[in-house]
Amino acid sequence: MSQYDVVIIGGGPGGYNAAIRAGQLGLKVACVEKRETLGGTCLNVGCMPSKALLHASEMYDAAMGKEFATLGIEVKPKLNLSQMMAQKAESVTQLTKGIEFLFKKNKADWIKGAGKIAGPGKVEVTAADGSVQTLEAKNIVIATGSEPTPLPGVTIDQKRIVDSTGALSLAEVPKKLIVVGAGIIGLELGSVWRRLGAEVTVVEFLDRITPGMDTETAKTFQRSLTKQGIVFKLGAKVTAAETSKSGVKLTVEPVAGGEAETLEADYVLVAIGRRPFTEGLGLESVGVTPDKRGVIETDHFKTSAPGVWAIGDAIHGPMLAHKAEEDAVACIELIAGKAGHVDYNLVPSVVYTAPEVAWVGKTEEQLKEAGVAYKVGKFPFTANSRAKINHETDGFAKILADAKTDEILGVHIVGPQAGEMIGEYCVAMTFKAASEDIARTSHPHPTRSEAGRQAAMGVEGWTMQS
Amino acid sequence: MADIMTPALGESVTEATVARWTKKAGDAVRKDEILVELETDKVSLEVAAPADGVLSEILAAEGDTVEPGAILGKMSEGGAAAAPAKAEAPKAETKPEPKAEAAKAPAPSQPEVMTTKPAAPSAQRIATENNLDLAKVGGSGKDGRVTKGDAIAALETRANAPAAAAAPAAPRALHEREERVRMTRLRQTIARRLKEAQNNAAMLTTFNEVDMSAVMALRTEYKDVFEKRHGVRLGFMSFFVKACIAALKQVPDVNAEIDGQDIIYKNHYDIGVAVGTEKGLVVPVIRDADDMSLAGVEKAIGAMGKKARDGQLALDDLQGGTFTISNGGVYGSLMSTPILNAPQSGILGMHKIQERPMVVKGQVVIRPMMYLALSYDHRVVDGQGAVTFLVKVKDAIEDPQRLLLDL
Repeated sequence: MSQYDVVIIGGGPGGYNAAIRAGQLGLKVACVEKRETLGGTCLNVGCMPSKALLHASEMYDAAMGKEFATLGIEVKPKLNLSQMMAQKAESVTQLTKGIEFLFKKNKADWIKGAGKIAGPGKVEVTAADGSVQTLEAKNIVIATGSEPTPLPGVTIDQKRIVDSTGALSLAEVPKKLIVVGAGIIGLELGSVWRRLGAEVTVVEFLDRITPGMDTETAKTFQRSLTKQGIVFKLGAKVTAAETSKSGVKLTVEPVAGGEAETLEADYVLVAIGRRPFTEGLGLESVGVTPDKRGVIETDHFKTSAPGVWAIGDAIHGPMLAHKAEEDAVACIELIAGKAGHVDYNLVPSVVYTAPEVAWVGKTEEQLKEAGVAYKVGKFPFTANSRAKINHETDGFAKILADAKTDEILGVHIVGPQAGEMIGEYCVAMTFKAASEDIARTSHPHPTRSEAGRQAAMGVEGWTMQS
Repeated sequence: MADIMTPALGESVTEATVARWTKKAGDAVRKDEILVELETDKVSLEVAAPADGVLSEILAAEGDTVEPGAILGKMSEGGAAAAPAKAEAPKAETKPEPKAEAAKAPAPSQPEVMTTKPAAPSAQRIATENNLDLAKVGGSGKDGRVTKGDAIAALETRANAPAAAAAPAAPRALHEREERVRMTRLRQTIARRLKEAQNNAAMLTTFNEVDMSAVMALRTEYKDVFEKRHGVRLGFMSFFVKACIAALKQVPDVNAEIDGQDIIYKNHYDIGVAVGTEKGLVVPVIRDADDMSLAGVEKAIGAMGKKARDGQLALDDLQGGTFTISNGGVYGSLMSTPILNAPQSGILGMHKIQERPMVVKGQVVIRPMMYLALSYDHRVVDGQGAVTFLVKVKDAIEDPQRLLLDL
């Protein structure tokens, strides 16, 4: 029986980063992963492959649409979907191999198989061939992540009705694609197939897209997507699905009540959210009971059972790879007797569509609800030179700051490469920066980052370039 | 883990500046080894290690202002320079740490202790525009950095405080070939006190000159035997100290000070002797100099001078003088108007001895002459008293036997 300081169940961004950090700190660590590759949902069937397709489809769209012609590049592009998928798979393989290398470098053992807690300090691993081994662990970290939430009345067959995993590997471009759920995943994958030629309709239960996103930002974002041809059906719920060989008939009812209608499509993507993957982990053997959504309660990653910790999507907080990574570092540092800490208010969110949307901190709605007096600085990309040059003028940067102290409370960016711009504000807010601190910091010209600075100036009314 | 504390700084001294750490965090130190030098308004002092051990943390950076009892740093006690916390995780069955080696090995290099925590640019702007000392503003940002909110709050606190001192103008921009250097605390104190003296006293200066022939002859004749007997060189200063005391006894106003509506006459003669040091001018006091022999005065001056140059002067060495002598002559000054050492009412300026043609009994002769200056507070000392004082000093120096006879 192998003895470890830490055994991690799950090799996604939470688990693999935990393993690396544990190795760095000199802990004897094993990471149990049931997939054939490390990296979890994120690398295998999530963030990475979706970004590969988003990038490729954006290029295709630019070549196909007016943009290339406007730039004076005349081409007649032809889609080679299998090549697009192959290059995606190639990138993913390189990335998962990279994690394997990092494991070796940091002396973290990768145990292939499905992990399950078998009483205090014991993890049972069942390999693909059915063989079972038991690991002894002073600490067990649950990093099992999440899975797509199923939609009652709609069965995912991964043929005509797919979840995010299936939508990353469609064998053809749908003529009509219905996306159920106007969250980040649905809009990203909807964008991919829209750019590749599908007619895309997004059906959303709520009367807005991307819940949790700053409302003004979400509206601007929705306008951009609509311009690209995505059709939104908001305030509508899917009550039934009928699958045939050639497609799906979806029954959709207005949430507010009214006539049901039938929508037809050759593919349906169900992307209504994700839920923690915490079943079948033997949690009962140590007396840990997840709540009814499957979330494991923790106090700074400590579960109710001694020596059992949990991180990432399996616990509270945004279900994001980088949040899981933060959890991982903090949890392992706490195990090692150090001072790990995560500020969940400063975990950024990004939607990798075109334009991108990125934000960190509070939305205007949250500030209003909390009764915080705040000031707003906003700057449109139409007035940003770089965005103008690149014909990418949709969106804006918006900075919310405390009315009295000027501390930045929230930053919301819709625009190209917003995801790359938000990091600046994560740092700034970690250091409790004021909007003026951004306004008085030199930003390179011409870049989109200047829009953020101009917005910061706007908080105190001295935006100079609009 | 022991705290390294700021010691009591003496009466009326409420804060000190950390001048220099002689050890780095992680250094092994012996008991009583000097760790850090502090500077106060009046004196610099050293803080020694309370025990053998390792200086584990520096909390008050160089330039920080500390109050008595404030923690300057922390040290872990114990003989060996233990390795600094290198975040060794609890290794399962790890090899035992080679302890013996750790004992002799110097502390491994470790990250420099963060000594400055830059304020946010916005906070800096507010501080500059409003002459706010950010060192005194508690920072709520990461690792105690001062945020804009902190600066705004500090401004409000100050605005609410009654009659805050008018803010001096913002520092002017530096031109080329200029450099800005922060005044040491000692220099700031000198500056403040000199200006206070000028502002408070009705100060003016009277001059005379003294023929040094007699004292020089006396010194030439007796210097060897004096040095042999007393172990100290016979200088001119002791003559002037004695001459001044004789003059002060005759003109007590010069040895007095104003306190509100009263004049306090001091019937003791504690003479401050200005000494130039690397860091600035200090004025150690020769106490009860009237009870001392010439040799006693010379010895006391020598001891004080050494202490001053070594930065070892204690606060008591500098306080409570009743009259001051300043000798610009050592630097070649021919004439000057010294500024009072408040709250004293008189200061004698000695100058360079220079051979000059003098008329003595109708003959032009060459004499070693020195100009004397007495700056005095005209509120206490009349012109007559001031002139009498200087003449008395002049007479005693020109004819030292008068000192012997108490004339």
